[in-house]
Order: sequence, then C-alpha cells, then structure tokens
Amino acid sequence: MLKLTKRVFIVLVLSLLSFGPLQAQHGKEEEHAEAVESHGSESHEPEEFNAGEFVIEHVSDAYDWHITSWGETHISIPLPVIVYSKHPELHDGQAFHVFMSSKFNHGHDAYKGFRISESEEFKGKIVELDEQGHELGKPIDLSLTKAVAGALVSVVILLWLVFSVAGAAKRNKGKAPTGIQNLFEPVILFIRDEVAKPAIGEHKYEKFMPFLLTIFFFILINNFMGLIPIVPFGANVTGNISVTMVLALFTFFITTINGNKHYWKEIYWPDVPVWLKFPLFPLMQVVEFSGMLTKPFVLMVRLFANMLAGHMIVTVFVSLIFIFASLFSPAVGLAASPVSIAFSVFILLLDVLVSFIQAYVFTLLSALYFGMATSEHH
Amino acid sequence: MGLVMPNPGTIIWMLIIFGVVLFILKKFAWKPILNALKEREESIATALNSAEEAKKEVAGLKADNEKIIIEARREKDAILKEAKELKEKIIAEAKEKAGLETQKSIDQARLQIQAEKNSAINDIKKQVAELSIMIAEKVIKKQLAGKGEQEKMVDGLIDDIKLN
Repeated sequence: MLKLTKRVFIVLVLSLLSFGPLQAQHGKEEEHAEAVESHGSESHEPEEFNAGEFVIEHVSDAYDWHITSWGETHISIPLPVIVYSKHPELHDGQAFHVFMSSKFNHGHDAYKGFRISESEEFKGKIVELDEQGHELGKPIDLSLTKAVAGALVSVVILLWLVFSVAGAAKRNKGKAPTGIQNLFEPVILFIRDEVAKPAIGEHKYEKFMPFLLTIFFFILINNFMGLIPIVPFGANVTGNISVTMVLALFTFFITTINGNKHYWKEIYWPDVPVWLKFPLFPLMQVVEFSGMLTKPFVLMVRLFANMLAGHMIVTVFVSLIFIFASLFSPAVGLAASPVSIAFSVFILLLDVLVSFIQAYVFTLLSALYFGMATSEHH
Repeated sequence: MGLVMPNPGTIIWMLIIFGVVLFILKKFAWKPILNALKEREESIATALNSAEEAKKEVAGLKADNEKIIIEARREKDAILKEAKELKEKIIAEAKEKAGLETQKSIDQARLQIQAEKNSAINDIKKQVAELSIMIAEKVIKKQLAGKGEQEKMVDGLIDDIKLN
C-alpha cells in the first residue's frame, strides 16, 4: 500500500513538474496582462483553472485559512500575523507587529509595509517593503499560520480525548473500562506491548512511554484531521515539513540525551581491531555521526512525503473535474466528476490506512532509536 | 521550494505546542492511564492466580475426601472382618466349652455309673455270699444229720491236722 502511494506520488510529482511550471508561467503572464489591461476595474475575465497552483495552494501553508471562493469573493478565516521587522525605521520605528492576516486582503494589499510576496524568491511569504514598494526580504516571521492553527485544533481534540480517557481510567480504577477508554486502551496497549517493549526492552521502556504515546496520537489525530475537508479541519499539518521536523527533532534529542556509554562507543570507538580502525579512522566516525543525523531526517521526510502525497492526490483527483471542464466543456467536467470523486474517495480511504501506518512507523522507529541508545550490548 | 523548506516560525510554534502537549499529557494523562492499566493487569493476574489456587485447593479437598472415604471403607471392612473373626472365635470357644462341659458331665455320669455298678456288684456279691452260706448251711445241715457222718468228718479233720 505504501509503495503504491509512493508510486502514485512520484508519477504525480513528475507530471506536475512537467506541466506545472508551464502552467504557472502561463498564469503569471496572463495575470500580468490582466493587471496591465484592466487595472483597477472590477470586471475580471474568469481566471482559467490552474491545477498545479490549485494543488500546491491546497497543501502549502498559508497566512489565512481559506474556506471557499465564490467568484472573486474569497471567504477565509484570518489568522494572526506576528512579525519582527529587521528594518523598524520603515514601520514607524516599531519592530514588533501583530495583526490579523485579513489586513492583507487575501494577498492583494500591503499593510504597514508588509505584504505577501509574489516574487520568485519569497513566494507566499511575508516580505518587508521599502518606500517604493520593493521587497527588501523576509522579517522574522512568527505568524500563526494555517498549519499551526490546524495543529492547535488537533491538539484541543487530542487533549480532550486523552483527558476523557484519563478521567475514565481514574473513575474505573480496578473496574472494567467504559466508553472511549475501550477505544484507546487497546491502542495504548499495542504501543506498549508491540512497540515499546520489544524495541526498547522490558526494563527501560516505561520512561519513553509518554513520549511514544504522545507522538503516536499527535500524528494520528493530525493525519485524520487533515483528511476531513471542512474547516476547522483539513489543514495539512503532518504534511508540513516544519511540523515533521519538530517531531523528528524531539525523537533526535531524546535519543541523544538518553544515549548511554555503549551508544556513543558504537559511534566513535566501535569494537573492531585497532589495526582495522586506523586506515578508516576519521571516515568511519564521520559516517557514523551522519547516520545519527539521517535517522531523524528520514523520519521527518517519510511522514512529510506520505501525508503530502495523500493530500496532493486527493486534490488532484478533485481538480480533474475542473481540468476537464476547462479543457473541453463544463459538461465533460460534470461527466468526469463521478470518476474523480470515486478516485478521491478511494485515495481518502487509502489515506486513512496511511495515517495509521505513518503514525505507527514514526512511533516504532522512534522506539527503535531509543532502544539503540539505551541498549547495553548487542 | 516552499513546500520542502522548513519555516522557522512554524518550527518555533510547533516546538512550543508539541512540548506543552507532551508535558501536559505526560504529567496528567499518560501516567494515570498507564498506572490504571498496570494495576488492572496486576489485579487480573492475582485474581487468576487465586482462582487457580482455589481450584487446586478444591482438587486437593476432593482427593482428601476420596482418601477419607477409601480409608473409612477400609476401616469398615476391617471392623467387619474383625467382628466376623470375633464371632467365629466366640462360637468356636463356646463350642469347645460346651464340648468340654459335656465331656465332663459324661465322665461324671460314667464315674457315677461305675460306682453304682460297683456297689450293685458288691451288693450282689454279698447277697450271693449270704445265699451261698445259707445254701451251704442247709447242705451241711443235711449232710451232718446222722452221727456217723459227723464222726467221719471229725476224724477226717483230725487226720488232716495230724498230717500237718
């Protein structure tokens, strides 16, 4: 299943790469042309549908949470923008700015010398402008973006679920589990008995259980929330590389902090004859050290790519309707819609599976790394 | 590049969010949940163990009961056997005693009979002697009725004495 997803993802990425830039350029030219032709007028020609941009927009992070567009009216939830300027003299001497993203009017306007860039270099990011309106570069950007907001929504749900389980656990002490406890306990037991115990060992696993459980349920809930296409869900949280990077960093730091003498010895001074060690002396250490870093890196990329691919495929299948409609006629698009909806549903179901698998794989690999860091001998 | 480049702002937010979630859940949720699970597992294990023990105890009791029953049966048999033996012994003894007693009375009877017989014989002897004497008297009286015979007799007696 994973392989299938990956293969589909590769095919899609290749196809996107082949026609995406063309489309984007085409779109940009048109935009320019439009901007020149009908500057200031309200009556735009209906924009041609650009599948590549549509898909990328759907999976990328954003400063506001887009709900829907109706003609030229964009409906979205504004999110707080928090920026620390590197050029306070351009913003009335104030460096720290907090405002809602609605001030940008969906990227159309500049506000207080900031705007969402449309240039090649900073596309989609907030940039500072000088008096002439040229982009100077990015400020320190701590905005609460769509991914962060989506993560916060998931966290609220996660806390609510887990705390109700904890409450039930306290209430039913020594008694049979009830309600949602029944749903969570088998999963918790699975993580404990099938993941933590075999990977880390009977005696040391307990210390890592809270982290493994938290990371499993955090990823799982975020994966699921990402599959629900209704606000306030559907944000691409686990398909965001910053998010997966943070999760992988946690695993990395916990591994490193808990690494025992044996773990470090394996890296820098393994049990091989000295005469074998010397010809490769610095090289082996460098390779081992990079191995230490690639482990979390792989964790980061795997989760990111899998979840991003899922989101992209679903969006692509939905956008097939519009591609057909714009290529031929709306009737063809309508005729293609059952097929693309069926495909989307199939991919969504596949994504439910992938959500579980990725949460499990991330947890299992983290547990294995902890096991490596704390094992006493081979 | 936007998709694969980590965004520092998002990283900072996520570090805070995940860190806080990890801390809160670790402190207030996972500990009680894991403890409750462990406790329940332990209580189930002890319950099962004690059930097993009770089962063993019951089996032990059963075996004991059986043993007691067997013993009782054996004891009963022994008692019956003993009683039988006793009975036989008593009967045998009684028989023996009776035999002895009978023998004794028979012997006594025999002795008595013997004594009676002896006395009867003696009586008869006495009477025979008396009768004989009577007869002899009468015979003698008859033989010595004439004088000649008396003298012959005396002469004979005197001859016998002289010879001596």
